Amino acid sequence: MAEQTLINIALIIQLLPLFGFVVVIFFGKRFKKIYQLEIGILVTAFILAVIVGFFKLTMYQHHDIVFSFPWFDLGTLPVLGQLHFDLGITLDNLSIIMLFVVTLVSMLVHIYSIGYLEGDKRFNRYYAYLGLFTFSMLGIVLTNNFLTMYVGWELVGLSSYLLIGFWYEKDSAADAGKKAFLTTRLGDIGMFIGIMILFTNYHTFTFSEIFHQIAIGNLPFGGSSWLTAAGILLFMGAVGKSAQFPLHVWLPDAMEGPTPVSALIHSATMVAAGVYFMARIFPVLDGTVLLIIAVIGALTAFIAASIALTQNDIKKVLAYSTISQLGYMFLSIGVGAYPFAIFHMVTHAFFKSGLFLGSGSVIHSMHGEQDMREMGGLRKKMPITYWAFIVFSLSISGLPLMSGFLSKDGILLGSFAFASLTGHWLLPFLGFLVAGMTALYMFRLVLMTFHGEPRNQEKYGHAHESPKNMTMPLIVLMTLSIFIFYTPNPLSPEAGWFYKWIGESETIVPQNTRFEFMQNSEAAANTESSVKEASEKENISDGEEIIYSEQYMEALHKDHIPALSLSIILAILGILFAYALYEWKKIDVEKLTKRVKPLYTFSLNKWYFDELYYGTFVAGTIGLSKVLRWFDEKIVDGLVNGTAALGRGLANISGFVDKYIVDGLVNFTAFFNGFLGLALRKFQTGRVQSYVVFVVFSLFVLFWIFI
Amino acid sequence: MLHVGLEHYLIVSTILFSLGLFGIITRKNAVMVLMGIELMLNAANINFVAFSRNGNYGLNGQVIALFVIILAAAEAAIALAIVLNVYKTFLHINIDEIDNLKE
Repeated sequence: MAEQTLINIALIIQLLPLFGFVVVIFFGKRFKKIYQLEIGILVTAFILAVIVGFFKLTMYQHHDIVFSFPWFDLGTLPVLGQLHFDLGITLDNLSIIMLFVVTLVSMLVHIYSIGYLEGDKRFNRYYAYLGLFTFSMLGIVLTNNFLTMYVGWELVGLSSYLLIGFWYEKDSAADAGKKAFLTTRLGDIGMFIGIMILFTNYHTFTFSEIFHQIAIGNLPFGGSSWLTAAGILLFMGAVGKSAQFPLHVWLPDAMEGPTPVSALIHSATMVAAGVYFMARIFPVLDGTVLLIIAVIGALTAFIAASIALTQNDIKKVLAYSTISQLGYMFLSIGVGAYPFAIFHMVTHAFFKSGLFLGSGSVIHSMHGEQDMREMGGLRKKMPITYWAFIVFSLSISGLPLMSGFLSKDGILLGSFAFASLTGHWLLPFLGFLVAGMTALYMFRLVLMTFHGEPRNQEKYGHAHESPKNMTMPLIVLMTLSIFIFYTPNPLSPEAGWFYKWIGESETIVPQNTRFEFMQNSEAAANTESSVKEASEKENISDGEEIIYSEQYMEALHKDHIPALSLSIILAILGILFAYALYEWKKIDVEKLTKRVKPLYTFSLNKWYFDELYYGTFVAGTIGLSKVLRWFDEKIVDGLVNGTAALGRGLANISGFVDKYIVDGLVNFTAFFNGFLGLALRKFQTGRVQSYVVFVVFSLFVLFWIFI
Repeated sequence: MLHVGLEHYLIVSTILFSLGLFGIITRKNAVMVLMGIELMLNAANINFVAFSRNGNYGLNGQVIALFVIILAAAEAAIALAIVLNVYKTFLHINIDEIDNLKE
């Protein structure tokens, strides 16, 4: 199949959900069944994605298909310089894999939602939002430039906001939507500034052109520290969207949305967008940024896993588990093992959306009950859900033969090798610790929900297996959680197809800002000549440069066996511990929690992050607004009111002058004239004779005067 | 022998004038007022003639006196016509009650 055909199909895949969104949102009120169009669109998109993926991976395996067209051109402007904007899409192995994952999970969620949201009064609107989300997510996946990446980034934020607050009659849902939107927005600001740093310097948004400029040694503002800054700022966007450590607080609250939405947006796709973004721009991340990413990822994985251990809400456990697994992915990117990050992103997308859909199935049959303490014994009532849950849990815990084992093992291996080369032993330590904790909290969830005696007999009585359109997606995802889809060898992630497709990590940042093991030894010896050479090469980002040193590969191979066995042992220990606590009752849970009371409450209250942020940022903002309000009321309003009062005073004086002096003068004149008139009127009797008397009298007077 | 000089004439005319003026001011009846005016005119005539005879003015005084008499006749005719009209309007000729000029 020709490249152009693949591009056309990819464009169709991207635009179909947008079309569905527009149609459903405008005609949803009139046609009650129009949501079926949206489902049909997603099935079509998925089939097309499979076709595109198949041809891309077979015919153009090591060749990126890029399509780009000039959007608009402003020419060369004063101050701003050259401004022309290209849009386009990239079909490389990374975006093909992501395309497949997004369309598949989205399709399954669309089908699942028929059963889950049956009878909801805004059913069509729900599907319209899902379509908008799928469109925006594909925008992120397929783009070849920062501009549409950012647009898609904000659009997924918007659709996430709309879907979290889908049941906006509930205050908690509306608040959660706001919280999610504002918190991710905080990271987006950083991302925006980062993009602008790159754009200001290179006058282009296209990834490959920016990478090329950096590869030939043209750094932003001429300094490598600016490159670091840009990398950290771009990572901020990923931190917000992927709910990493300082900004992770929104994701657990986002569980207020419908459960299928949690499965699609808040576990499988949107939150993985941060990982995808980091993988996309991996070549420009230098050593400092990578170390920051790794540390944040490891910290997040640990914090979230420790919180997940004690939560009682089934969806909250899964939410923290998602955060923790995302932390793993960032750890993997940070240590340079980014193929494993992508691998884990894919496997995680399947088993975690499966877990969410499974929990949705449980919640649905329990009539909205989310508290695990009210559940128990559901194994007999919901066999399909139960077995799917078991498979997903084994997968996320990282037991062999499962997809999660392969990807997680890759990450742990990467961090282990990284530590052995650089000495950051904390990272693999946290990684392995979290592997054990993951197994523990997942099986705690499974045992509390499905095993034991039903704790709430009334609700248990109503419980039933979910309809087919809800169990079918579970079965599909369950199948996809088995190793065979990823690798022929269930014990070695490197044997998998992923490693072949994604290839080794490449980086193009200047030699001196890389980790030592990433430096190209020949090039490092003579940096200047390598820059010159590199500038002569056209397609430098096509992987012609070997970036990983032999050292790293050797470390990967050498550490394989210990890392692998350690991770299996820890996972089994975690599962056994969970069984000991909740199934065999060998250890009394009450006693254990009492013994570690401070730790338990600390974890139960989510490390007091919400309280901390409330106490500092929220209260700070409110305090600041209060101060500003006071300033407004007293100073600004005071000034205005003072001016008004002054004006009024002046007006009063002026009014007084007008009333009593000016008017007084006028009135006095009138009064005086009136008085005179009144007086003179007496003489005007109208009688001729009296006039004669006056004349004579006056004559006498005149005589007396003049004679 | 009593010599009739200028001053005697003037005294007579003064008395006559004063009587006329008194009549104008005090009488109610419009005809009486007119008569007062005649008296005053005649007093003036006496003055003209007297000064003309005692001074070196030829016959100027006498001529003016004649003019005044003619004028008085004309004036009497017009004034009586006015009085008639006044009577028609007010049904009396009491001059002190006619003060329409005031308004």
